[in-house]
Amino acid sequence: MLSFEDIKHTYHGSSGDVEALAGLTLTVEAGEPLALIGPSGCGKSTALLLAAGLLVPTGGSVRVAGRPLAKPRFATGLILQDFGLLPWKTVFANAELGLRIRHLPRADREERTRRTLEQVGLADFARNYPGELSGGMRQRLALARVLALEVDLLLMDEPLSAVDALLREGLQDLLLALWRERGYAQVLVTHSIEEAVFLGRHIAVMAPRPGLVAALIDNPNMGVVDYRSTSEFFATCRAVREALGEAESRVDSGGALQGGKPPQGGEALGVQGKPHQDGGALQAEEAPRSEDEPHAGTSHA
Amino acid sequence: MRKLLGYLASILVILLFWQLAALLIDSPALPTPLATFPMLVRYASQLAPDFLISLYRVLVAMAIGTVLAMPLGLAIGRSPRLDTLFAPLLYILYPIPKIVLLPVLLVLLGLADAPKIVLIALTIFFQVSVTVRDAAKAVPEGAVLSIRSLGASRLDVFTHVVVPASLPELFTALRISSGTAVAILFFAEAIAGSTGLGYFIVDSWAMINYPRMFAGIIAMALLGVVLYEAFDVLERRLTRWRMV
Repeated sequence: MLSFEDIKHTYHGSSGDVEALAGLTLTVEAGEPLALIGPSGCGKSTALLLAAGLLVPTGGSVRVAGRPLAKPRFATGLILQDFGLLPWKTVFANAELGLRIRHLPRADREERTRRTLEQVGLADFARNYPGELSGGMRQRLALARVLALEVDLLLMDEPLSAVDALLREGLQDLLLALWRERGYAQVLVTHSIEEAVFLGRHIAVMAPRPGLVAALIDNPNMGVVDYRSTSEFFATCRAVREALGEAESRVDSGGALQGGKPPQGGEALGVQGKPHQDGGALQAEEAPRSEDEPHAGTSHA
Repeated sequence: MRKLLGYLASILVILLFWQLAALLIDSPALPTPLATFPMLVRYASQLAPDFLISLYRVLVAMAIGTVLAMPLGLAIGRSPRLDTLFAPLLYILYPIPKIVLLPVLLVLLGLADAPKIVLIALTIFFQVSVTVRDAAKAVPEGAVLSIRSLGASRLDVFTHVVVPASLPELFTALRISSGTAVAILFFAEAIAGSTGLGYFIVDSWAMINYPRMFAGIIAMALLGVVLYEAFDVLERRLTRWRMV
């Protein structure tokens, strides 16, 4: 669905050039949810803008649906950190915007917008303005605007960072449910390890300055019932955390990007490595284990 | 209703200070409100056509200036290339008081409405284009990127994002420049022609009829209020989202 092939990107700023990405290679299969995590400055957001066709890389090529990407395509949805909602348009008009730009017939437009607003629970606020909504509601509106279109690739840049912690899990559940229903490929850029593990079938850990993928962690149990309270969830979180620490220490130790040091934890940095042993059928998993030491049981062995 | 009460209270305060000042200064050049109001009533039928023609000139001039300035301001605000081209031009021409062109315009356009309208339109044009350019520059990038990711064309970006984002600044510019517009109108009407409130005021001055002159000044204040209120109504209609 989406592939980055040795992407390099350098910003030419007034205070000199900034190399944001140095050889990013990453593939997202159709229908697959990927989480992109990394310290600030690792080029996550740049990668997302490249995938949306809003930036052209200074080196390498971005391919979407088998073709090199030259400009934004209709079937890609993008949700930015600040949602990019238009404060002068009502909730309904915001959700309808993509359809209007595509010049759909009015009746069709309104019908689809209404359905999507219902799906994200904003039907009663159609005539309000974004300024009257809470952070979580704005987030859902941003989702609705993209979902009103039939997308096969959804890109999100820290979509939940402006939402308070209590609402976050509910919105993560919503994202999961919508992904399940629609089956689009999804790239979620996030700062939160738990969010990455909850919503990423694969988790790409990026190293900063300049950015590239330092580790790709497999997360086969993503999406199982009550995943957050399983030991596999905690084990994967730990693996991501260790990979992140490793990615940062490469920069600190100056051994930039050679990746010469062996990972201390053993299991974490083995790219593609499985952080836990029983990758299999977790669907049958009944109750969350009592979790005083959530990861100890599974991460080694 | 509240607004009306506000106006009434303000008028009372102004009249009170005016009365006090007139009593203290005690000069025929500053008649009391009590002496002025009978004049206002007496000359109402003479004032009305002058009021209307002045209002017509300001409104038409402001509309022309705005309609011409909006596209230019929006375009150079969103295009760095056009900005490098046009910004210096604006910076050189903007600070020149356009009133200095009055003699030229009088020679070229005669003494009727045209020179006054052109002069005011020029002033409005520069104020609006500079303000709108800055507003268009400051449009949140997230909104632009988001709508472009939805497949928006350049025109879509302007109609859905840049124009509505710039409207509040446009109205601020119009309100601020309506003061300048009325001042220019007064000057132009006082110098050339024999119509409009500006002419009415200097004409009264020439007749040493100060109460009549103040009746004209009151009409001029009313003209300003009409302009402000018109912009208020228009702004409320066009930027409803800001009232929530």
